[in-house]
Amino acid sequence: MAGAGGGNSDVQWCFSQVKGAIDDEVAEADIISTVEFNHSGELLATGDKGGRVVIFQQEPESKNQPQCRGEYNVYSTFQSHEPEFDYLKSLEIEEKINKIRWLPQQNAAQFLLSTNDKTIKLWKISERDKRPEGYNLKEEDGRYRDFHTVNTLRVPVFMPMDLMVEASPRRVFSNAHTYHINSISVNSDCETYLSADDLRVNLWNLEINDRSFNIVDIKPANMEELTEVITAAEFHPNQCNTFVYSSSKGTIRLCDMRAAALCDQHSKLFEEPEDPNNRSFFSEIISSISDVKFSHSGRYLMTRDYLSVKIWDLNMETRPVETYQVHEYLRSKLCSLYENDCIFDKFECCWNGNDSVVMTGSYNNFFRMFDRGYRQDVTLEASRENGKPRSVLKPRKVSTGGKRKKDEISVDSLDFNKKILHTAWHPLDNIIAVATTNNLYIFEEKLN
Amino acid sequence: MSAIAAMEVNAEARRILAVSISKLYASRTQRGGLRLHRSLLLSLVMRSARDIYHSSRESECQSSEERMDTSSDPEEGQQQPGMPEPQTTLISSEPAQEEPDSADEECEITEDKENLSPTRQSRKRRGKASAAPDFLPIKRARLEPGEERYAAPPSCCRSGAGDSLIALSLNRVIPAF
Repeated sequence: MAGAGGGNSDVQWCFSQVKGAIDDEVAEADIISTVEFNHSGELLATGDKGGRVVIFQQEPESKNQPQCRGEYNVYSTFQSHEPEFDYLKSLEIEEKINKIRWLPQQNAAQFLLSTNDKTIKLWKISERDKRPEGYNLKEEDGRYRDFHTVNTLRVPVFMPMDLMVEASPRRVFSNAHTYHINSISVNSDCETYLSADDLRVNLWNLEINDRSFNIVDIKPANMEELTEVITAAEFHPNQCNTFVYSSSKGTIRLCDMRAAALCDQHSKLFEEPEDPNNRSFFSEIISSISDVKFSHSGRYLMTRDYLSVKIWDLNMETRPVETYQVHEYLRSKLCSLYENDCIFDKFECCWNGNDSVVMTGSYNNFFRMFDRGYRQDVTLEASRENGKPRSVLKPRKVSTGGKRKKDEISVDSLDFNKKILHTAWHPLDNIIAVATTNNLYIFEEKLN
Repeated sequence: MSAIAAMEVNAEARRILAVSISKLYASRTQRGGLRLHRSLLLSLVMRSARDIYHSSRESECQSSEERMDTSSDPEEGQQQPGMPEPQTTLISSEPAQEEPDSADEECEITEDKENLSPTRQSRKRRGKASAAPDFLPIKRARLEPGEERYAAPPSCCRSGAGDSLIALSLNRVIPAF
C-alpha cells in the first residue's frame, strides 16, 4: 500500500503548500538550486540561480486546528550573491547559490552559510519588533529638529512595531577556491566549517574570514593525470574531527583531522567493486557520486549516484549495506540521457529525522522514498494537479515491461526537463520540502 | 565480433565522440567557465568511445584483410577536413605527451597495414566509414598571431582524423585549468 515514512508503513503523504510562480515559462533566475531546513525545522531556506535566498517560517500550530501543522510563509528574502567577473581569467562567476547550511541557533538571531562557486557568506537573520521613539533631537521621520525648539528632555522608549526581519552579511569568505565550490558543511563544534571544490577541501573558522586551512588536496602535479574530482564533502554530525568526501569515481573517503594537518591519506575508503555486467560507455559517469549525507546518528553514510542510493555502515568499507535503485529503467537510456545532458544531473538525497527513511528525486517531478526498516519504497509526484490542500498523494509507477498498466507511465513519456534535484526532510516531523525546477512543494504526513 | 556488429559499434562510438566534442566546445561558452568535473566526465566518455572505435576498426581491418580484397585508395576524393583546434587561449603551454604518442602509434600501425598490401583493393565499400568523419566541425579555428596551423599527417586523416582531434581535446581540456 501507499507510504513510506517514519518507520511506519502506513504513512500517507498529502499536499500542504506550493511556493513559486505558476507560469510555464521558467525564468532562469528562479530555478531553485538548494533547499535546507534549519535545526529545529521552523525555518526553511531556498537558494536560487539568481543568487537569492528565500527563508520560510513555519507558523505556530493554531489552537483551532491542532491536527494541522503550521504553514510555511515567507520570512525573509535577500540577495546573497551577485554575479562577479574574474578579470584575471576572463571568467564570469555565477551568482547561483550552490548550498545553504544553517548554524545551530545560539541566540535570538539565526545564522546561515550560503555559497556560490567561489565565495561563502555568513548571514545573520534577526528580528526587529521594537523601535525607539521619542528622540530629543530627531523627529520620528529622522529629520533633525531645530534645537532651538527643544524645551524639554525626554527618555526615548522602545515601542512595538511591525515585525521586520533583517538579513545582514556578517562574514565573506572569499579567494580560497580555484575551482568551483560544491559543498559546505558546519562542524559539530560550531566554530569551524569546511568548503570543498573539485580538487580541494578547506577548513575555516567562522570568525576568521581572511584565512583558511587546506585539509585535502587531490590536485595532481600534472593535470593531465587527473582521474577524479571531489564531488561532495560533509562533517560527521557529532565527531568534530571526522569528515568525508566523495569522488567522481564513486568512492568515499573518511578523514580524521587528528591524524595529520593535511588529510590526503584517508582513514577509510568506501568503495564497491563495479559490476562487470553493467559496463558501458557511461559507467564512469553514472558511478560519480552527486551527494553524500551522514545519518543523524552518525553511524551511516548515504551516497547518491545517477541511478541509485547507497547506505554505507561506517564500520564496513567494502560494500554498502543497502542499495536502492531510484530509476533503474534509465540504464538502457543512458545514451540519450548523455545527449540531452541529463546524465550530468546532480541529484541530492536526505534522511528523515530518525534515519529510518531516505528520499531522493527523479525525473517527471517524481521523487522516491525508501523505508529501510520495512523495505518498502514509494514514488510520488510533485505537481499542481495534486494541489488541493491535504489531498493524499497517490503513488506513481513507471512501467518497465511491455505491458503498461492503467495509471502507469511509460519510460518514454517521462518529462526529463522536470527534475527534482533538491529535497529536504524536516529534522523532527514528517514534513518534506521538494523543489521542482522553480517551485517548492511542501508535503506532510496525513494526520487523522 | 562480426563485421556488422563491429560497424554498428563503430558508428555508435563515432556518434558518441561527435556528441562529446560538441559538448566540450559548448561548455567553453558556458557562464561560470569550464567545469572541471563535467570536462573530466566528458573526456572519460570520449576515451572509452575512442578505445572502442579503435578496437572495432581493428577487427574490421582484420576481417577485410583476411578476405584478400584489393583496397582502393581511400584518400581519393576525400574531403580533407579542417582540423579545428581548441582555442589557444585555453591551451596550456605543456606539450601533449601521452595521447598523441598513442595516436601516432596507431597511425603507424595503420600505415603498416597499408604498406603490407599496397595493391589490395577492398571490395568492401569504404564509403562513409573512411571518408572524412562528418562529426568534425568544418569551420577552422581562429589562430593567435604568430601561430602556425597544425598540419595533420595524412594517415591520421584516413583512419583516425577523429583520434588526433580527440587526442588534442583530451589532453588540452584538463590542463586548461
